[in-house]
Amino acid sequence: MNKMQKALAELAEMDELAAMRSPVHRLHPGAKLITTIVYIMITLSFGKYDLPGLVPMVLWPAMMFSLSGVRVRTCFYKLRIVLPLVMAVGLFNPFFDRQTMLTIGGIAVSGGVISMITLMLKGVFSLMASFLLMATTKIDSLCAALRKLHVPALLVSLLQLTYRYVGVMTEELAVMTDAYHLRAPGQKGIHISAWGSFLGQLLLRSMDRAQELYSSMILRGYHEHFHYADIDRFRGRDALYMLISVMFFVLLRYGNISQLVGGLVVR
Amino acid sequence: MIGFQNVDFSYEKDRKVLHDMSFGIGKGESVGLIGANGAGKSTIMKLMLGLLGPDSGRVLIDGIEVKKDTLSDIRAKLGFVLQNSDNQMFMPTVYEDMIFGPLNYGLPRDEADRRVDEVLGRLGLEYLKNRYNHKISGGEKRMAAIATILAMEPEAVLMDEPTSALDPYNRRIVINTIKSLDQTRLIASHDLDMILDTCDRVILISGGRIAADGPAEKILTDKELLEANRMELPFRFAGR
Ligand SMILES: Nc1ncnc2c1ncn2[C@@H]1O[C@H](COP(=O)(O)OP(=O)(O)OP(=O)(O)O)[C@@H](O)[C@H]1O
Ligand SMILES: [Mg+2]
Repeated sequence: MNKMQKALAELAEMDELAAMRSPVHRLHPGAKLITTIVYIMITLSFGKYDLPGLVPMVLWPAMMFSLSGVRVRTCFYKLRIVLPLVMAVGLFNPFFDRQTMLTIGGIAVSGGVISMITLMLKGVFSLMASFLLMATTKIDSLCAALRKLHVPALLVSLLQLTYRYVGVMTEELAVMTDAYHLRAPGQKGIHISAWGSFLGQLLLRSMDRAQELYSSMILRGYHEHFHYADIDRFRGRDALYMLISVMFFVLLRYGNISQLVGGLVVR
Repeated sequence: MIGFQNVDFSYEKDRKVLHDMSFGIGKGESVGLIGANGAGKSTIMKLMLGLLGPDSGRVLIDGIEVKKDTLSDIRAKLGFVLQNSDNQMFMPTVYEDMIFGPLNYGLPRDEADRRVDEVLGRLGLEYLKNRYNHKISGGEKRMAAIATILAMEPEAVLMDEPTSALDPYNRRIVINTIKSLDQTRLIASHDLDMILDTCDRVILISGGRIAADGPAEKILTDKELLEANRMELPFRFAGR
């Protein structure tokens, strides 16, 4: 397998993850979507020095991982490309914010370091939550849920088609890379002189294929949106799941769990 | 059921691909469309489906002209097996792909499910039902693509190279399946033995024109006619 085929296999694996069976997978996509959004909003709302408050937020994704059977390793493996970017965002804080916030064992920790860690964790938690959503919900059900929430059909179709288009483009790239290397043995990358035509071809080919795929969808009765009858009714357990999750977030955010726990330990 | 009236078509200016083409196909007929590479077979099918529009002339399906505002009616009547199955299948699994069309046309899910199972059974493909499209072989994908179209129960089936990439066993299944259909069938292929088995009539295309149109046994045994149009006799007649 070349690099592209690996990328493709990974992309396709998301479909497979989403097709697994678990209590989390069975939940209504809308309930999961809303809960995830609330989770991310609350996570991002922590103050920039509120590291002790933020840390317990990890409990929810941890719980979801164990209930869904999706492995944490898989998550970090798949996010390995975006994670460093998210981490990099906070990297400069220590340089700007040098005021000492607290001292641990004689080492002064500046506000910048705390806010850096807080920012990084916010990014990591949000990514984990989004990943969990994608790994436990089929893209089509998710889009159906978006439609039910009155997100414009055009946007939803765009999301859906992009999801498929990325696959098509990667597939073409895989085929072309193989074809190239079969005729350029021993060469590591693709020679710079071939880039222009290579990229041009890639674009044309993937557009052609996307066009044909789209035709094939239209010919089978597709009209701007997929058939949405697919997702189950919103059940009691979905409401319960949302309610408990959101209450849990609110508790973590405003209930001062860390102080509570800290208080218990000290006394 | 299908009619071409003086159809001209070109992809690019000044390079006509179809010249003043006229023919008709009746309900329930099974017609083979043959011709060398680049003769215009796929183009003809795409015109019927309204994926392309003629420069002049008319394309009729069931008496309705193929036009922008009739497209959805027309497409509901036709099932098209693409030349490249990779471009036909777009859902994660074979099952989801098969049920996509019937659901779009408003069939309730349990009935659509029943239909999917029936078609899979008929083609002996039960084992493919829950497989991922990116993890099946080229030939399996072709079989799945055919199943996808049959599950829609269209009034007419258009197949572009249905047997390419198939092993002899699956090829035979496809031939028997095509024979057992009572819908109108139009089959473009270079597999002339298959055409002979499945079609009563053959239209021979050459350079965007109809070179011959008649009973399959007559055209497919006419060595001179075939060779004049860059083709050969079906294998079973070769060496005569
Ligand atoms: N997208 C396109 N743009 C320009 N020309 C095209 C396009 N598609 C096909 N053609 C040209 O139109 C002619 C007919 O092509 P068509 O695909 O209909 O042939 P075909 O009979 O299906 O051939 P094959 O047996 O190889 O599938 C060919 O000369 C081809 O080069
Ligand atoms: Mg063709």
